[in-house]
Amino acid sequence: MEPLGTFDIITRVFYQFTSVWLALIILFAVSMAFKRRLGLYGKLFDSPIGMIGFALVMFWVFTGIFGAMDLIVTHDPLAQISGMKNKVPGTPLPNPEDGQYGWYLLGGDNLARDVFSRMVSGAWVVVQIAPLATLFAFMVGITIGLPAGYYGGRLDTLLSFLANLILAFPVILLFYLLVTPEIVATGVPSYMATFLFIFPIVFTAVLLNSRYYTQPGFRTPLLIGVLGVMLWLYLSLISEVGSAVSILPGVLDIFDIPGGILVVFVSVVFVNSPTVFRIVRGLAMDIKTRDYVAAAQTRGEGPWYIMLWEILPNARGPLIVDFCLRIGYTTILLGTLGFFGLGLPPESPDWGSTINEGRKLLSIYLHPALPPAFALLSMVLGLNLLADGLREESLKD
Amino acid sequence: MGLFILRRSGVMILTALCLTFIVFFLTNLFPNLEKLAKTQGNFRMSDEAVISWLSKEGYMQPLPVKYGQWLGVLPGWTLQGDDGVTGRCIKGAVTADEAEQAKRFCGILQGDWGYSTVFKDEVSGIISTRLGLTGKLMFWVLVLMVPSALLVGVLAGMREGSVTDRALSTFSIITTATPEYVSGVVFIAVFASSAVGLKWFKGTATSAMESANFENFFLPVLTIALYGMGYIARMTRASMTEVMTAQYIRTARLKGVKFSNIVMKHALRNALIAPFTVIMLQFPWLLNGVVIVETLFNYKGFGWVLVQAASNNDIELLLAVSVVSVIVVLVTQLISDIGYVYLNPRIRIS
Repeated sequence: MEPLGTFDIITRVFYQFTSVWLALIILFAVSMAFKRRLGLYGKLFDSPIGMIGFALVMFWVFTGIFGAMDLIVTHDPLAQISGMKNKVPGTPLPNPEDGQYGWYLLGGDNLARDVFSRMVSGAWVVVQIAPLATLFAFMVGITIGLPAGYYGGRLDTLLSFLANLILAFPVILLFYLLVTPEIVATGVPSYMATFLFIFPIVFTAVLLNSRYYTQPGFRTPLLIGVLGVMLWLYLSLISEVGSAVSILPGVLDIFDIPGGILVVFVSVVFVNSPTVFRIVRGLAMDIKTRDYVAAAQTRGEGPWYIMLWEILPNARGPLIVDFCLRIGYTTILLGTLGFFGLGLPPESPDWGSTINEGRKLLSIYLHPALPPAFALLSMVLGLNLLADGLREESLKD
Repeated sequence: MGLFILRRSGVMILTALCLTFIVFFLTNLFPNLEKLAKTQGNFRMSDEAVISWLSKEGYMQPLPVKYGQWLGVLPGWTLQGDDGVTGRCIKGAVTADEAEQAKRFCGILQGDWGYSTVFKDEVSGIISTRLGLTGKLMFWVLVLMVPSALLVGVLAGMREGSVTDRALSTFSIITTATPEYVSGVVFIAVFASSAVGLKWFKGTATSAMESANFENFFLPVLTIALYGMGYIARMTRASMTEVMTAQYIRTARLKGVKFSNIVMKHALRNALIAPFTVIMLQFPWLLNGVVIVETLFNYKGFGWVLVQAASNNDIELLLAVSVVSVIVVLVTQLISDIGYVYLNPRIRIS
């Protein structure tokens, strides 16, 4: 077969993404049609910046999902095909089998794997980890930050000191200290996971309890049901047969996080939560002086009710904006981890690792390093633009 | 003011103590010590050999004792061996008399930073050379980053919503969305690659350690500066737009003062208070960028030492690195607080 020209490569890559384009068009058409009924999300479609950002983000989200469903990738991201080492984009396979895609659209890397497929599978790694890790960091930050801001005093001093302690650490040093195999063997990250992942449960428990405290007949079964499920998820998340934390017997353990991912997840949550803590603390200190908080205090509401049902909903604007920015920052952190070869397995297709591998031959072969670099750039850019759009629209009310 | 600085310094020392203890704890976990023993001794050591090597080197003492010795508040360990006395403050094995003569305390309080197991050299020497190299890098980063970021921010914030504003804001968003390992790779590809690039600059900065020139030093400096620049520019823009809507600016415009004069004389000084603190608080992030860029461009400075020390579990070097970086972070925080008070008359008077 002939090598592909530039135009051919572009059309073929475009064609591979068909499912993503369709999903994007449907999503945008539906959202535009109902935008007046969708609240803040709908208002996003009034701001061109926000729309561009949202499109970029959703492009990579759909790419991640459909890539994991085998709709986009042309080759197995881990498979090596002999004769394809460092080949330029558009090189045909030397002797393709039946049903195999005939070209390496964006060339081969130094282990003769398909750059295009690796980039697409890398999106899935980010889409899986980044939003969830950010969500966990927010749970931790909110659960600690609200009381610190609301009560103030000694509690605030202590918690702020601890947060500043973590913030004073250079992130990369912290990663090196937490993610090396020797430390993982001692179980320190597993214990940290045990500690950090308890916060979502505490958060939900306090949230529901403070809301339905006056209706014990409804509250008790609700709490038992919700907390039961969350506790089970929690235990199967942290315990892994054979690792340092193995509480749950293997039968009940519904899912296992593959090695390395949990460690990466924990360290990213750990690095992000102090910053969230500071933001939430600042917002809580500001909002607790408002009249509606005073009104709730006069009504005799409990402190946790005020924090979670009076202060938190009124802090949602800045928090949503920061959530978007922070997903972007988490993506950058994941890339940093991959760039230093920490945590994730070396053959993992995530963007940081692929950039790191590609940079070693950068002066001769450009094509292995550039696609993941631009992928990461566009995703983070999309999240930043989205945050900007959201900020603009939420300030308009 | 004096009390404020004193209190902040107290908190700073406490933070530094806590952080070094955490680093000490993590580097002294047994698997790490085992790895150290195997890299220093030989890789086929049995478990007993590892233990005996570690106790001969003083690593098997309780953690608080080791930490105290490293700090210099507890006397260094000594051990009577077959070929004489060895100890923390003694080089090699010596006779009992010579051991009596040696210093009893040798920790960082006595200015003894220890010995690096990777570089086979005194830690203090390594740190000071490498810090010097990184200092050179940081100096040029600041020279490039601060004026251009302020310029971009002021130009964008001068007329909110104009085309200049839109263009410059987009530019600063793009730079904040580009981590160093992405922009560095793209710059090397475009400007330094021998295959298709423009070949304007060099892709490594190793030669810049002796003689830095535009060709071998510009790319690393630009890579770090760009990532930090966007954030400062956005802060400056926000502060500038706020100042431009203030009453005194409107008064000046109604008086008929020229627009350029309003910006230069009335707005600029007030608009630069907020970015000052932001620039200072950027230092910790620059430190991250330094580690990435020094790895990417093979510039053997402080960040490179951090990576070497951390990946080889070089305990004393790693501790020194964390002490230095923690001090950098905390001192910049202190300066930003003091500077904010100093620059902002409203706070100074109250």
